[in-house]
Amino acid sequence: MVIRTENLTKKYGKMTAVDSLNLHIEEGEIFGLLGPNGAGKTTLISMLCTILKPTSGRAWVNGFDIVKESAKVRKSIGIVFQQPSVDDLLTGRENLAMHNLLFGVPRDIRKQRITEVLSIVNLEKRADELVNTYSGGMRRRLELARGIMHHPKILFLDEPTLGLDPQTREHIWEYIKDLAEKECMTVLLTTHYMDEAEQLCDRVAIIDYGKIAALDSPQTLKNKIVGDVVKLKQKNPDIEAIRRLDYVRNVQEKDGLLYLSIKDASKHLQDLLTHTGPIDFVEVRSGTLNDVFLHYTGREIRDAGAEGGFWERVMKK
Amino acid sequence: MNGIISGLEGIYAVWLREAKIYVREKERLISSAISPLLWIFGFGAGIGSTVESVEGFSYMVFIYPGILVMAVLFTSLFYGIYIIWDRKLDFLKEVLVAPVSRASVFAGKMLGGVTDAMVQVIFLLIIGLIINAPLSPISIIQAFLMLLLISIAMVSIGLVIGANLQSPEGFSLVINFVMWPLFFFSGALYPVGKLSPWLAYATSINPLTYGVDALRGIILGTHQFPIYLDVAVMLIFAVIAMGLGVLSFRRM
Ligand SMILES: Nc1ncnc2c1ncn2[C@@H]1O[C@H](COP(=O)(O)OP(=O)(O)OP(=O)(O)O)[C@@H](O)[C@H]1O
Ligand SMILES: [Mg+2]
Repeated sequence: MVIRTENLTKKYGKMTAVDSLNLHIEEGEIFGLLGPNGAGKTTLISMLCTILKPTSGRAWVNGFDIVKESAKVRKSIGIVFQQPSVDDLLTGRENLAMHNLLFGVPRDIRKQRITEVLSIVNLEKRADELVNTYSGGMRRRLELARGIMHHPKILFLDEPTLGLDPQTREHIWEYIKDLAEKECMTVLLTTHYMDEAEQLCDRVAIIDYGKIAALDSPQTLKNKIVGDVVKLKQKNPDIEAIRRLDYVRNVQEKDGLLYLSIKDASKHLQDLLTHTGPIDFVEVRSGTLNDVFLHYTGREIRDAGAEGGFWERVMKK
Repeated sequence: MNGIISGLEGIYAVWLREAKIYVREKERLISSAISPLLWIFGFGAGIGSTVESVEGFSYMVFIYPGILVMAVLFTSLFYGIYIIWDRKLDFLKEVLVAPVSRASVFAGKMLGGVTDAMVQVIFLLIIGLIINAPLSPISIIQAFLMLLLISIAMVSIGLVIGANLQSPEGFSLVINFVMWPLFFFSGALYPVGKLSPWLAYATSINPLTYGVDALRGIILGTHQFPIYLDVAVMLIFAVIAMGLGVLSFRRM
């Protein structure tokens, strides 16, 4: 086990950001953390990368205790922070060179590593310009390059592809997958993009209010939790009757439409329609990770809702 | 051995970043050239025209060693504010999460601040030659080394304050309470020989007094305390300040 937490908890005053979390991540795994804004994802990563001390509980990264052996933990990890952290008044190449020094990349391969990662994120042409002339996406790419440059054993990515164009995202997914496989690197990433989680992650955990609500491979979660989604339009539907059908897992009503999660729509649709009676409209699609997410959190992924993002909370205080 | 090399490389990495930023932020360079000029020519020449001479020197030359110390004091202490900006911009996270000791990070930052201050010192030594301060090659080297020691101590104090505060405004507030007493009770602007007892006491417990005294001794040849005492006091002060600095960085 490369990452293990035991009742890991972080409190900010009365607010519990990470709540007795128990998590096990295996070597070589790409593990995704999904959760609405304020769920505690960044707080968890900050503790694991030793820049934030837990309130209680323990955790081990690469076998080292994050509090007592933080120096050894830091030797094993690479990280891309959610907030931008490249230096504006240095060039892209200078940022990378500094990282090489800080992370002890052997002298003879420094140049080669810089060239390598610059080409992965497609920044060779702009590498010698100051970062304050870069676009937002270019900065993000530079940060990614920096995070993977020293080939860490464990890579933390906090919303790595936020604001990137689709091509670059796929490019970066490929590279992360490749690195995880070749170097047996373990990746813990947070994301708000369901397609990213589905394509990239071996397992995902949905967390909300600092707790794990569900944890499994994307495929299993989809099969187990949603199956297929049937969208129905009907005047005065008998929701209770539909809910009683044993293959119906969940019924939600929104904007005059019914959304049913059904175990296997191809098998049960006929039966369903005989129970509902005449309908105005029906649409069947297979469930997605987004449906799973909504099922557990009851919120749209980007919803700032009652909990709010970090700034909303700060402003309220 | 590996630990030492990676420690030194960490220091170098942090220092290099500071030095590059210093050169690229034109405002920093310009202000460090202009403010001591104002002191020497504004203050020194202004008061100098009403004061005949002090201990046989024109007032402008008499306060020259004090101006050197002052310039180093201000630049060094204020350097601590950049650590607050770094933290606000999240740049510092990248350094804090790196596998280099906090002592190395502190040392790199500290040397960065010292570099700022010593660039200014070079400007000032050139001005000193222009205003005919009695400088010789030997005294220039000695003055440079003494100012280096003062800068190390004061940058460390500035970083201690910066590492323990969250806002630039708070930093300015605190630094004013540190900087002005250090400066006024150091004898930078007046000779400490004939002071009222309480003022003499205040100056004698101020470590900077010994720095000013040393520089006056080196440049003008007049001093209150023996040079080894001046150096010893500054050295001890610098070591304590650096120790506090490393501790503050560990808690960050
Ligand atoms: N320094 C802090 N002081 C007080 N509360 C904080 C602090 N940092 C985070 N929090 C709170 O802890 C909770 C978890 O925040 P965290 O940043 O971990 O969420 P997140 O899952 O990363 O959200 P997002 O998707 O918006 O990045 C939030 O409610 C936030 O308001
Ligand atoms: Mg976050």
